[in-house]
Amino acid sequence: MFYREAGQFKSTYSADMAVFPIRQDRIGIAVILGIAFVAIPMLGDDFFISSVMIPFLVFSLAAIGLNILTGYTGLISLGTAAFMGVGAYSCYKLTTIFPGVNIIVLILVSGLFSAAVGVFFGLPSLRIKGFYLAVATLAAQFFLQWAFVRVPWLFNYNASGAIEVPQRLLFGLPVTGATASPETRYFVCLGLVVILTWFASNLVHGKIGRSWMAVRDMDIAAELMGIKLLNAKLLAFAVSSFYAGVAGAMMIFFWYGTAEAADVFNIRLSFNILFMVIIGGLGSLIGSFLGAAFLSILPTALKFGLPALGVPLTGATAEHVTFMLVGALIIVFLIVEPHGLARLWQIGKQKLRTWPFPY
Amino acid sequence: MPISEWRTDDHRIQEPECKGEERMSDVAAQPAPSLLANGWIRTGLITAAVIAAIAIGARIDPSGTIHKVFVDPFQQMVEAPDLLAQTVWEGLVSGVLYALIALGFVLIFKASGVFNFAQGIMVVFAALTLVGLHEKGVPAFLAVILTLGVMFVLAATIERVVLRPLVNQPDIILFMATFGITYFLIGFGESVFGGNPKQMITSELYLPKGAIDAKILGGLVSFQKIDIAAAVIASLMIAALAVFFQYTRIGRALRAVADSHKAALSVGISLNQIWVIVWFTAGIVALITGIMWGARSDVSFALEIVALKALPVLILGGFTSIPGAIVGGLIIGIGEKLGEFYWGPLIGGGIESWLAYFIALGFLLFRPQGLFGDKIIERI
Amino acid sequence: MMKSSMIKGVALGALLAAGAVVAPASAQDTIYFSNNAYRTGPFSGSGIPIGDGMRDYISMINERDGGVNGVKIVYEECETGYDTKKSIECYEQVKSKTIVYSPWSTGATLAAIPRAHVDKLPILSMAYGLSASADGTSFPWVFIPPLTYWDGASVMVKHMAAELGGMDKLKGKKLGLIHLDAPFGKEPIPVLESLAKKYGFELKLYPVAAADMQNQGSLWLSIRRDRPDFLYNQGWGAMNPTAVKEAIKNNFPINKLVGVWWAGGDDDARAGGAEAKGYRSLNFNAAGQDFPVIQDILKHVVEKGKSTTPKEKVGENLYNRGVYNSMLVVEAIRTAQKLTGKKVITPEDMRRGLENLNIDEARLREIGMAGFASPVKVSCTDHSGHHKAYVAEWDGAKWTRKGDWIEPMKEEVRPLIEAAAKDYVEKAGNWPKRTESCEKSS
Repeated sequence: MFYREAGQFKSTYSADMAVFPIRQDRIGIAVILGIAFVAIPMLGDDFFISSVMIPFLVFSLAAIGLNILTGYTGLISLGTAAFMGVGAYSCYKLTTIFPGVNIIVLILVSGLFSAAVGVFFGLPSLRIKGFYLAVATLAAQFFLQWAFVRVPWLFNYNASGAIEVPQRLLFGLPVTGATASPETRYFVCLGLVVILTWFASNLVHGKIGRSWMAVRDMDIAAELMGIKLLNAKLLAFAVSSFYAGVAGAMMIFFWYGTAEAADVFNIRLSFNILFMVIIGGLGSLIGSFLGAAFLSILPTALKFGLPALGVPLTGATAEHVTFMLVGALIIVFLIVEPHGLARLWQIGKQKLRTWPFPY
Repeated sequence: MPISEWRTDDHRIQEPECKGEERMSDVAAQPAPSLLANGWIRTGLITAAVIAAIAIGARIDPSGTIHKVFVDPFQQMVEAPDLLAQTVWEGLVSGVLYALIALGFVLIFKASGVFNFAQGIMVVFAALTLVGLHEKGVPAFLAVILTLGVMFVLAATIERVVLRPLVNQPDIILFMATFGITYFLIGFGESVFGGNPKQMITSELYLPKGAIDAKILGGLVSFQKIDIAAAVIASLMIAALAVFFQYTRIGRALRAVADSHKAALSVGISLNQIWVIVWFTAGIVALITGIMWGARSDVSFALEIVALKALPVLILGGFTSIPGAIVGGLIIGIGEKLGEFYWGPLIGGGIESWLAYFIALGFLLFRPQGLFGDKIIERI
Repeated sequence: MMKSSMIKGVALGALLAAGAVVAPASAQDTIYFSNNAYRTGPFSGSGIPIGDGMRDYISMINERDGGVNGVKIVYEECETGYDTKKSIECYEQVKSKTIVYSPWSTGATLAAIPRAHVDKLPILSMAYGLSASADGTSFPWVFIPPLTYWDGASVMVKHMAAELGGMDKLKGKKLGLIHLDAPFGKEPIPVLESLAKKYGFELKLYPVAAADMQNQGSLWLSIRRDRPDFLYNQGWGAMNPTAVKEAIKNNFPINKLVGVWWAGGDDDARAGGAEAKGYRSLNFNAAGQDFPVIQDILKHVVEKGKSTTPKEKVGENLYNRGVYNSMLVVEAIRTAQKLTGKKVITPEDMRRGLENLNIDEARLREIGMAGFASPVKVSCTDHSGHHKAYVAEWDGAKWTRKGDWIEPMKEEVRPLIEAAAKDYVEKAGNWPKRTESCEKSS
């Protein structure tokens, strides 16, 4: 009823292959972008933008990265946080080595470093898969985290051992450092996320994406069809780590500011991003956003939202309840919809399509 | 840099890669015995060449990196055998404890195919329950029994609330569900028992204290009694588990389930019951592990992080093999202690946090299914 | 696709904004003070007593005196779990309300420093955080009384010398530093290195990865091999009790193991049982209940059931540390009230109050803290004061003072601090120049 495809005819192949072939989808996207670019900066206060929206965007990007690897190629990784760390540290080094270069360029370039490291740690995937690979990627997590503390060159020999984010301008406005307003940082993050999501969407809908999915569904069959497993898997690691690296650089430069980065990119973060991907839906870009929204906003909402609603939860109790609720919700979601929030979204669309009739 | 040194480095780096490529190309074909023999000969030759090159490199430059990496540590081992013995003992003890955590994983993985990430928090939870009950005035042994009761309730609850509704879902979904259990138990445990670290009630449980100092090998090697007790208890428990699996009716049912869920169901074994039993067994293992780790430091939520060390043990030993978990635990324990002690200082120390994973990965290059794992891992 | 989450988010934002509007309305005749606490997570063992001490002192001031000069302090905790992400969330949440930010973790302090200089919110990081921030010229908004980690390291060297019988005896000796392998743990390294060079002792580093806090076997084997004469433990959380236990296990003389002040928890030492008797830690507050201030807390707060602290935990070392921190806050509020003549002060006033903080012996007696701590004086350029610390010893049941208060080597530390501050400011690129004027009195 509300979501009718009838009457929308395609006269070219390219129109039929479009990412959003249906008019309602295109309208929906436009509305969402409108909300993201106009409504949120206008309506949200500083806390909402800097502690809810920016984390959400950063985690979404990281989740897209991991989803490319886990959801589309079927390789589980528990080292996402470390690859994010590589992005953050390379971006920090790049800003000190090339102080004059545009920060956006540097953030994207630091993703390439992360991609290279990702490919290296992706090599075991040629021999092992499944949980064995997952545990093997933990080697990357622990080794890189150790390196972040141990190699003082990475943090410019700062006495504090922290990454100290310098101020950088974009079109005359500070975008990094403490003087950057939350709105500016939000717009930069949003811009990067939108562009990279668009890029990822093209990637997974194209030849490369289909070769990944072939590898995921049955690697031997994929190989027989002429897909080079080596290339497909390592490319997946590279692209995934690129996204993670960009997300990591964004995390430090647009969100944390100066931070003990080695501690930030810990194993908990890796697990959290994996949660986001699975709760959101494996092999779905929308799912990455939904999962990130669910797991990054939920704890904050519980912690600060419940007291605002008048529920008397403070300090430690709130934290305990948050832990229990998140745990319980993960289980409930998996039971109710093991294919993630993205599947719920599809069901919702189907319902809208046939409403008011059940079929 | 002298040429010889450059060459040895080059060798070392290239060797595993060549092998990897080599193996990859003959994937589809069944490896013929002659080919395997050739492979072994080649491996032997390459190893010999590497050793020779290292020896030459070390001779040429006695203060160089090669000497420091390949000669110095061994000299230290020979010069101070008591320290070596102590290091190996420390490795053995932590290996036993890693193995205990890994054992919990293996039990559950075998019977229900669930990669139970919550095993670490179950260790903390069990130990906390024990100590918490004792703090409330329950006598030690009654507290142990009550804790076992709690672990049983936990097992039954998990089976009813988590596993049963998720039956037949992909592995990764069940894996995620155990993350949910982990989060829930962290919040639940902290709200019930508080976050303060607690002392393990070692003396109340008649666990020995102090150390046996042996004057051997030209020095002093000290064996903590609690560590010896840990090793003994672990062996007893493993023996008991072996007997349980081998000779009891439930044990046979468990093995049947591990082999094939469907076949087990068809001969009338109740999967639900088996799962409760397995999770309860893992709970018992968790309690014992918690007591032992708690006696070494204290009982707090930081223990949960230590439990991650069981993961490299699992890749090494295989997810489905109990002997694998034990041998893997010992190898990882000894390997990381030796590595940290003799090679760690060369790169600033603290390498223990990742060394275990690299040891495990090194083994994986040669045996992707782990030491004793089932050979069902698809080789690619 | 993101619609539902966005709507949820906007609704949430509106809700949070509503909450923020309500709070200041009640703040007419009160002062709001938010403290980062961590009663959860792997570090909660240290975080709980500190949080209790801070809360109970403020409640006592409210109960006994009806607040500071009649203005009640509204005390709230923001739970961080010692996690930087949550600390930043807490900062963003409280920055428009609280008069001073109390980060309670070095990571949180580092993240807050650049923000606070823009938001004009004072940070009180009591003997933790960025050592360089003791330079008030570069960091007008950060305060780190009574001393920094670098001062602590120099006190440790002095203590070692005193035990050996003179600074000249340090030559050829070995000092081992067990430290958490994180920026907090690595803080004392530069000072110890420079002192090692000066006095000719050898410095050995023993890093403990956070994941191996309770798994220090191989580290202590290295200690056995190297046989250091003294060990300095820059540890936190579960790492400390494990270190004490391992020292006992490895027959390391326990009175040669000295912890930084954060390694001086009662639970840390208690873990070692009877053999932990003699374990030492640096300290700048006294432990125990025999002080008027602690008695007042017992009388007005704990015994009236207005606290969740069990009575026997009152007076533990870290509890008293929390009391000390709250005392600094209260005294700074008082100073600010005196300076400005206002009752309800702003963060800007609080900064002036902290900068002119001057708690002498007489004042300590007045607030019932004679012998509890040494006098504290902060100045416009010196935001720490580099005050004295003492070595505390565990007697098997409680912490006792061992020997006199020791002055840190200010002449060694101060140049390093100024150099580090300059380095920080340079690397940050246009760091805001100090515009806040100094008071005439200081």
